[in-house]
Amino acid sequence: MNIFAKLTKNNYGDKMEKQIYEKVLNNTKVKRPVLKNSLQAFLIGGIIALLGQALLDFFQNVLELEEKMATSMMSISLVFLSSLLTGIGIFDRIGQFAGAGSIIPITGFSNSMTSAALESKSEGIVLGIMTNMFKLAGAVIVAGIVSAFFSATLIYLFSR
Amino acid sequence: MDFVDYLMAFLVGGLICLIGQILLDYFRLLPVHLVVLFVMIGSLLEAFKVYDWLIKVGRAGALVPISSFGHSLTHAALVESEKVGYLGILTGVFDLTAGGIASAILFAFIIALVFKPKG
Amino acid sequence: MRKVGKQSIIFDKVYLKSASTIVGPLEMQGPLAKYYDANYDNLYCEKQNWEQAEMQLFSDVLDIALVKANLAVDEIDMIFAGDLNNQLSIANYSLRNYPIPYVGIYGACSTSSLSLINGACVLDGGLGKYILCATSSHNATSERQFRYPTEYGGQKPDSITFTVTGAGAGILTRNICDVRLTKATMGIVVDSGTTDSLDMGRSMAPAAIHTLKTHLEDFQEDINSFDLILTGDLSTYGAKAFKELAREFKIDLGNNYHDCGMLVYDLENQPVFAGGSGCACAAVVMYGYVVKQMLAGRLNKVLVIATGALLNPIMVAQKETIPGIAHAIVLERVK
Repeated sequence: MNIFAKLTKNNYGDKMEKQIYEKVLNNTKVKRPVLKNSLQAFLIGGIIALLGQALLDFFQNVLELEEKMATSMMSISLVFLSSLLTGIGIFDRIGQFAGAGSIIPITGFSNSMTSAALESKSEGIVLGIMTNMFKLAGAVIVAGIVSAFFSATLIYLFSR
Repeated sequence: MDFVDYLMAFLVGGLICLIGQILLDYFRLLPVHLVVLFVMIGSLLEAFKVYDWLIKVGRAGALVPISSFGHSLTHAALVESEKVGYLGILTGVFDLTAGGIASAILFAFIIALVFKPKG
Repeated sequence: MRKVGKQSIIFDKVYLKSASTIVGPLEMQGPLAKYYDANYDNLYCEKQNWEQAEMQLFSDVLDIALVKANLAVDEIDMIFAGDLNNQLSIANYSLRNYPIPYVGIYGACSTSSLSLINGACVLDGGLGKYILCATSSHNATSERQFRYPTEYGGQKPDSITFTVTGAGAGILTRNICDVRLTKATMGIVVDSGTTDSLDMGRSMAPAAIHTLKTHLEDFQEDINSFDLILTGDLSTYGAKAFKELAREFKIDLGNNYHDCGMLVYDLENQPVFAGGSGCACAAVVMYGYVVKQMLAGRLNKVLVIATGALLNPIMVAQKETIPGIAHAIVLERVK
């Protein structure tokens, strides 16, 4: 209960002024180059997938690892590569060009962890690197576990 | 070294990213929203057995995106639950993704020690 | 001095004794390079981390202002300063080495004119002989605090603004100097209703137009009396929205309107998206370009409307809108 309602003007604002602000801001919305961005994302996403396929073939056919191990090794290799590129300072430029093309592959996950850890380096190893590593990537892991739990529960119940 | 494998990997991997980019730009999502969405979709598709088909078609093109993370978590949870019962969902969920997560932590740590941010 | 109209102040005897600017590498490659006093050729400014780098810029700009005014630190009666970091930490920590009575103020990117307004009031109120007003910003410290780690691979849209790495300071006095601070209009918080923190230029345009409108009304001012009207950091898209708002409110900006965010960088050739932002944006253009042009006799009367987006990442995540504020000052050449 606003006991000062009579004394203060509730919600300052010449309504007409606010309407003009809304109108102009609506008219001047910034458009995004969706087509260009999508093609760039497609290109880089495809290239990273190509790289993944090459790695998979290498681990499966050359090193003759079994499928699960080869898949893991492919992920580990891509994680290492994007961590390294993040540290060198190139990944952010690739990301600016690729958009979803570098965020969606596992490279995005690794970059989010490495960049957060790297940025907090100035706070030291424990309070900086270790504490902040999952700042951006935490959401992915939580979402993954939670949805895996519910999906698996559903299937488990249905198969009973 | 099948050419078709590589072509499909490129197309499927690229297509998944293209869909992601359209969601980013058209619906003005943030990157974190996007990856969370894709992980959940991967998990759901695995539950309906669709993701396995996607992997057959796209090979690495379906294994590299973060949606495969959701798929791997769900798959491992299901496999373990078949072996030991319901609680296997929790005890086995990380089985397939352990390598990816452990390596991400390890490499992030090492790279953060060695390099300096460049701004 | 006295209050005029709703939000404005007219000052009696406030002059700018000296002004100093220092910038980082990208700004030095921009079109206003020759107007700055000093620069660093890398973002670390010879220090170990981003925060220390910004502190270096801040203390350097104070030193340069003092040297140019031929004053010692203990001759300064008061300092009004602020920056974008939490708790104004850059100003706080830098001023450990400057034993001056200190008022920390936050105006986001409008801190430069907000500090001048406060300093001018105190000066005209008879509380000192020399008042120092300073502010700084650094691209990495503000990215780190408000957005993402600097090496993060997320894609930035074209509407995003690029925080200027630099600092600006001015020393005010009652003695007559070539540049005079004559009038000011203090801003009110104007909520534009926008929620996109990647598009801040446009969210400050309503605040800027409100302050401009109020300034013209309070002083019954003829807008054509200004050689130059500057907004702080609306940048490409905010400036467009500002011009459109001016048309709606029947204000004729003429050909003399520019935005500091669009002047401080070469928008075609530098990777700065929509343009510059940050406390240092308006500060380096005002203390560098405007003051030097006035001293050279090329500008007579300039209106600087520094704009600030008063956002907080937590509140934006709570789906709050982004309020803005704009503080205006008038600089005039003494003939």
